[in-house]
Amino acid sequence: MQTILILGANSDIAKALAHEYAEHGYHLCLAVRNSERLDEDVHDLKIRYQVEVQSLEFDAEDYASHEDFYHKLSPKPHGVIWAIGYLGDQQQAQVDFEHAEMIVRANYLGAISILNIVANDLESRKSGFIVGISSVAGDRGRQSNYIYGSAKAGLTAYLAGLRNRLYSSNVHVLTVKPGYVYTKMSSHLNLPPKLTAQPADVAKDIFQAQQKLKNILYTKWYWNFIMMIVKLIPEGIFKKLSL
Amino acid sequence: MQLSGWGNYPKIKAKVHRFATAEDLQSLLECNGEYIVRGLGRSYGDSSLASHVISTDNFNRILSFDENKGVVCCQAGIQLKEILNVFIPRGWFLPVTPGTKFITIGGAIASDVHGKNHHVDGSFSRHLLEMTVMLGDGRVIKCSPGLEKDLFWATCGGMGLTGVILTATFRLIRIETAYIHQETLKARNLEHVMELFEASNEWTYSVAWIDCRSRGKNLGRSLLMRGEHVTSAGLNEVSSSRSSLKIPVNRCLSVPFDCPEFLMNQYTIKAFNMLYYQRIRNSIESSAVDYNQFFYPLDSVHHWNRIYGKRGFIQYQFVLPRSTSEAGMQRILQEIAKSGLGSFLAVLKLFGPQEESILSFPEPGYTLGLDFPFKPEVIQLFNKLDYLVLHYGGKLYLTKDACMSSYMFKNSYQDNQKFSSLKWRFDISGKFQSIQSKRLEI
Repeated sequence: MQTILILGANSDIAKALAHEYAEHGYHLCLAVRNSERLDEDVHDLKIRYQVEVQSLEFDAEDYASHEDFYHKLSPKPHGVIWAIGYLGDQQQAQVDFEHAEMIVRANYLGAISILNIVANDLESRKSGFIVGISSVAGDRGRQSNYIYGSAKAGLTAYLAGLRNRLYSSNVHVLTVKPGYVYTKMSSHLNLPPKLTAQPADVAKDIFQAQQKLKNILYTKWYWNFIMMIVKLIPEGIFKKLSL
Repeated sequence: MQLSGWGNYPKIKAKVHRFATAEDLQSLLECNGEYIVRGLGRSYGDSSLASHVISTDNFNRILSFDENKGVVCCQAGIQLKEILNVFIPRGWFLPVTPGTKFITIGGAIASDVHGKNHHVDGSFSRHLLEMTVMLGDGRVIKCSPGLEKDLFWATCGGMGLTGVILTATFRLIRIETAYIHQETLKARNLEHVMELFEASNEWTYSVAWIDCRSRGKNLGRSLLMRGEHVTSAGLNEVSSSRSSLKIPVNRCLSVPFDCPEFLMNQYTIKAFNMLYYQRIRNSIESSAVDYNQFFYPLDSVHHWNRIYGKRGFIQYQFVLPRSTSEAGMQRILQEIAKSGLGSFLAVLKLFGPQEESILSFPEPGYTLGLDFPFKPEVIQLFNKLDYLVLHYGGKLYLTKDACMSSYMFKNSYQDNQKFSSLKWRFDISGKFQSIQSKRLEI
């Protein structure tokens, strides 16, 4: 069976995805900054689904290490999921460039660095897939989180370009734009319960979309409509809103 | 957020905290405040309610499994449903299970749950080999019947008041198929159903549904269900097309919102009970049913608690010692039938011997549990019933309780003082307290 590499496997959506793929028989390679934190999850996944699971150290911001990291992977993954995201603090990022830079590095530059390597490999093997978890925040800049949003917008455009490039090599790229999800990243926010999904539901959506070779997935589905409206508001009005 | 137990009464405002690692929990416990742990919130009343609630949702990993001995070690937040899904296909089943699989292992230990096999296999704690508990000061202690046994026996059935159960190691039982051979027997009245229980002592599983609306010579008329795991040879006899350890996926219904209160009136309830009893035509019927149908019939209707409406309901479950069971049950059933308040789903069961866990509910004798839609008359009825239960030397199940008095608790749970002193020994600063434990002055 094929192996899936999950980058940023400690996030709640990534963990739910690990369960989803393992349940469907895929082997897993879980990459995180500190792999010890995943020991218990590795045991759990192995026992529950009787698949092979390994955990590896991976630092998205240490670009120089990426070539070596990917080179050492054995077996090479059939699919790669980018699940790293860092919300940061918008207020702080407005006054502190270092913080803004950190947000951009974690959400955007790290992805370019590792996914370039992944794309080249999959392109030469002429098979496989890439799933990139971006965000609805990347669809339109809003005052409450535009630094994070702009990094995600960059990621969305990057993934669209990859999809275009890799199409002829039979490599599929899925861009995921989750709306509100109950995760560690959002635990301090007061999210509207009716619009907020559980990580497991989001993971099911992503798995389905990837298997069906969808290009862009809003999850849950109603974010399609919400973002359609958000994008349709004329800029002259949008700039006056407090979003 | 607003929180309640499965009975939707009482409701309180609480802050919910989650943790994914023991370290997370440790730093959580450093904050001041009173906490109680909550699994899936399936205890009926207020035992999982406090101003700060620690949810074990994200602490649900399986840590090891011994394929030869069937010994599993897992974190406390895992659901019985998950354990069944993982291990039934490999030929293993839970040693003890209550009537729902939507509870956690931590909850199963804290309530020391019993199942239809209590008369042979005891409660959950009998099958628990070891557990780790985090005390209020952040220390993690490993305990078992041989090691730190005070903590072990206080934590089994201890309603989460000694600390937070982190991991549990317990034994599963071997099964050959996921099916149960079930026999349903009709009992005319209470005396008859008790005879049938005695006669079914050799069966692994037995339970009776009792019509608490019938009176006079029909008082206590029931259907007794008894069952055994089906062997693979046995399954082939019934149907060769069924795969032994896989079962068809059940379609689940769901009650989408709180139903209006008038839905549960004396006529609908009476009609339901009548139909349920008459559904069985012969005095004995037998069939092979899958484990979900046998153990978890109500789980196929999600949110079934909503049929009682916004006000919620209370379940009253008591046990009477064997010596007073017959007279006591007769007297209490009369009182319930007279009140006309009891609803469907009254369940009768004969318990066997019980472990030394200090606050556990089961003891040898008969237990009866039934639901009441919440209304003021019900509280008055409970006062009468409490008096009778005390009189016959019985006690109430803390996991179901929402309104018992501390007087009742202290006079019915013989070892309550022993428990309190242990609780306050392990939890010096009083970190773990539920609304229930304060009401009962534990």
